[in-house]
Amino acid sequence: MGAGMAGAIASVRARFSSWRRSTRPMDSRLAVALLFLPPALFLFTLFVALPMGEAAWYSFYNWNGYGTPETFVGLKNYALLVQNRAFRIALCNNLLIIAVSLAIQLPLALAMAILLADRIRGAVAFRMIFFVPYVLAEVAAGLIWRFVYDGDYGLLAKAAAALGFAAPYVLADRDLAMYAILIVVVWKYFGFHMMLYIAGLEQIDPNLYEAAHIDGATGRQILARVTLPLLGPTIRLSVFFAVLGSIQLFDLIMPLTKGGPSDSTQTMVTYLYSYGVTRMRIGFGSAVGVILFVICVAFAFGYNRIRTRYD
Amino acid sequence: MTERARYDTAVTLSPVLRYAILFLVAGLVLVPLLATALGGFKSLGDLRVNPFGLPAQWEWDNYWSIVAGPRYWQLLWNSLVIAVLTVVLTLAASAMAAFVFAHVHFFGSTFLLRYLLLGLMFPAAAAILPLFIKIRDLGLLDTYWGVVLPQVAFGLGMSILLLRNFFRQIPAELLDAALIDGCGYIRFFRHVTLPLSRPIIATVGVIVFVHSWNNYLLPLVVLNRDSIYPWPLGIMAYQGEYSTDWQLVLAFVTLTILPAIVMFVVAQKYLVAGLTAGAVKG
Repeated sequence: MGAGMAGAIASVRARFSSWRRSTRPMDSRLAVALLFLPPALFLFTLFVALPMGEAAWYSFYNWNGYGTPETFVGLKNYALLVQNRAFRIALCNNLLIIAVSLAIQLPLALAMAILLADRIRGAVAFRMIFFVPYVLAEVAAGLIWRFVYDGDYGLLAKAAAALGFAAPYVLADRDLAMYAILIVVVWKYFGFHMMLYIAGLEQIDPNLYEAAHIDGATGRQILARVTLPLLGPTIRLSVFFAVLGSIQLFDLIMPLTKGGPSDSTQTMVTYLYSYGVTRMRIGFGSAVGVILFVICVAFAFGYNRIRTRYD
Repeated sequence: MTERARYDTAVTLSPVLRYAILFLVAGLVLVPLLATALGGFKSLGDLRVNPFGLPAQWEWDNYWSIVAGPRYWQLLWNSLVIAVLTVVLTLAASAMAAFVFAHVHFFGSTFLLRYLLLGLMFPAAAAILPLFIKIRDLGLLDTYWGVVLPQVAFGLGMSILLLRNFFRQIPAELLDAALIDGCGYIRFFRHVTLPLSRPIIATVGVIVFVHSWNNYLLPLVVLNRDSIYPWPLGIMAYQGEYSTDWQLVLAFVTLTILPAIVMFVVAQKYLVAGLTAGAVKG
């Protein structure tokens, strides 16, 4: 290691000493910072930081986007939101998506990761298959499932008919549509979490399993006392991704229901789109954006605190 | 990851049960996909009575009519232009910034890094309306740049984080030696950092490309002219027009996910690596 490093340094030194004669170093630390940082800082400020700040500002106005915002309404946009039925449904749906992600999707992903352990035959093929839905764009996945759920041509209707049920129009049913979407969410994202778990499992020292075996631990004990505790950081990370993704869910819902029927499948972002963007209610929509921002940032900070405590 | 790590988790399931579960889940994952691809080969009547099985008669025309027309290729081209511009700009801006954050410490550099990483915490959706106003005021509505530039801006946080973590592993002695011998920072960046960082640059590039390729909300808000629609917008418009002709929609969906599947198979290594790099390093 030490000798290799010295060799590397010597060779680099040899390469650069030939340059010294031809050019003098014009760039100091300051110069490189002044040259290299501005593109990123400029783009970030213009298209991320400023718009987020403006969202907070616009959220106090009624504004249709033309001229400058003049009708100051204070907190009225937020008050409207809190009272709004569709927005409350959207919040509840986001919570439901988080709950299903944590209670169904992640255990399924973990189970698949563990089942694919031990280098069993076909493990690589199964991994790839389970990961494919994650690779698809949300819009494509949504359209595929719109077909699956279609009451006339879809797979579900046909399967139901074969079992003697009437063909259901799942996505047109206020009571069923959200559950139909939840199934798509699990289908689409469990493979991603499975990949995280597989990466985590591969980092666990196999000697620990061997030691547990020798000490006579059962499979269940090994899972509870060795695998799960050592997988802790990975599980926390996967919870983080699952929650953040659930809060932002939008693309998948548009091809399926666009938030309908009668707002039963709205999420915060579909709500922002249908009531803010399409109606050009800049102030009102910005208020939704600010709430989304606050939830995301609060969650990220909370996650960080937990992570630094345990990891 | 030296040799393929063994992770014997001591599952006590019988092999039969284990494979039964795996095949069941694989079936649930694959059936919608296969039915979609096959549905594109059916006539509408066939699809209605037989959505699961093989086509009674293979209707190659469904696919052929899409591939022969300009619409499909136009959508892919638009997506490709937007994605390539986004990748190139994101990599350029974030590699330069990451280099500074990895090797040059000055008053306020930590603050600037934290500022740029703020973008990791919230989605573009939160600022979408002011972003729309900004893009409109800059005259970028209905242009590639109106989608590309905000995508770059929102991708910077992730790229800078991954690149900086990698750049920092290049030993400081190497940089010191180079500096003593009169090689400047910029030259070191071009001739040492970048060549050494090809794997991570490829990884970040693939992640940014996929995000751009699949992005829906931003183009939906910024683009109004279907001649510059990327494919997610185009396919939604197509579905709207042909909503009664499921066989055509299914063929179109299959054709549009084909590039993603090919990309996945080709760039699989980088995709999975990027995913876990972002994950493990955090």
